[in-house]
Amino acid sequence: MKKAILYINQFFGQIGGEEMADHAPEIREGLVGPAMELQKQLGDEYQVTHTIICGDNFMGSRQEEAIKTILGFLEGKEFDIFFAGPAFRAGRYGSACGNICKAVKEKFNVPVITSMNEENPGVEMFKKDMYIFKGGASAASMRKDVAAMAKFAIKLMNGEELLSAEEEGYFGRGIRKQVYLNPPVNAADRVINMLLKKIRGEKFQSELPIPPSDLVPIAPAISPDELSKIKVAMVTSGGIVPVGNPDRIQSASATKWGKYDISELDDLVEGEYMTIHAGFDPAAANADPDVIVPLDALRAYEKEGKIGGVYKYFYATVGTGTTQAEAARMGREIAAELVADGVKAVILTST
Amino acid sequence: MTKEIEKAGITIVQMANLIPVAKTVGSNRMVPTISIPYPLGDPSSPKEVQFKLRYHRVGVALDALTTDIKEQTVFKVKI
Repeated sequence: MKKAILYINQFFGQIGGEEMADHAPEIREGLVGPAMELQKQLGDEYQVTHTIICGDNFMGSRQEEAIKTILGFLEGKEFDIFFAGPAFRAGRYGSACGNICKAVKEKFNVPVITSMNEENPGVEMFKKDMYIFKGGASAASMRKDVAAMAKFAIKLMNGEELLSAEEEGYFGRGIRKQVYLNPPVNAADRVINMLLKKIRGEKFQSELPIPPSDLVPIAPAISPDELSKIKVAMVTSGGIVPVGNPDRIQSASATKWGKYDISELDDLVEGEYMTIHAGFDPAAANADPDVIVPLDALRAYEKEGKIGGVYKYFYATVGTGTTQAEAARMGREIAAELVADGVKAVILTST
Repeated sequence: MTKEIEKAGITIVQMANLIPVAKTVGSNRMVPTISIPYPLGDPSSPKEVQFKLRYHRVGVALDALTTDIKEQTVFKVKI
């Protein structure tokens, strides 16, 4: 009998939604939520002995403490393999799964497996460190995603021959492994085949794919003197909008953004502005929207002369479940407006 | 979004709670915030304390805009 332990967040741990995202880590004997499906998929030769539950915000904001506590829970427990998630497209959850898997692997030296959607930022952060299976966008694919993790876990534990990341269904870890082709084709033939395909305009796969580096050139610093003369613009993915949400920006998976005139305001106040972001408890931001769009602080710097002013609009959208492609498009659209109006400095707040 | 705005040549600083995520998606200038639901002011503390924290961290962000950097940089905050 092999033993497994699963990590899940407060939502899948059936503790609660965003209002419980600060839930401290806990460990329970037996199966909670997705652990039941995992047990079913692993079969009789495995026992999922414990489920660990931790709020996404707790792991996000008090990461060291969370990891230390969870590693403490695991101390002295027998387990052969560790799972986390699936996290689907939930960014904080993906990041949490990655962090805990990495820590467990380092401390206990057991295989760790998780699952995330390709749009989950956790993939880029952790794919080099662990097996992250390519999961669906939402909990609708729970069964499928759990099955993929379980199937691979069994293969791994049985010492069966493992295929490439692509074939197994996880994100490549950037590890090069020597493989023998069956039937064998020597390198000269392979390269000529590739070249012929290239000439014919057909698709071909390099044997040494190099992931593109995705950093943008660093924009130059603004001198303090210049800063004291120019207007600083604010952009947020925290969903702050005038009450009533005039542009009907979606609360999740947003495809729209809005701009709101703040030229006459010194402060964003309750009842006039609010957040429509569905990815966190809105109570604090609704009570004081400046916690996300810090207009009052910027006005203070304007009075002191540190900045020339605050740009007349702030820009807002919602960054939860939003695909990177949509976020990039909205970013480009906002950038185009700012450039057209000569804005040189931006503070972007994200939640 | 940060990246696209920077690509347009605008100097930008991202204030975020999940700094590793900001780093992964390619922000160059970053300032940490205190949480996801209330990045710049803990509602359990008095209004003045919240403003003090917000004023400080926004100040760090403004200084970040005036700082020459050679690589992705997380700017340190004191409160």
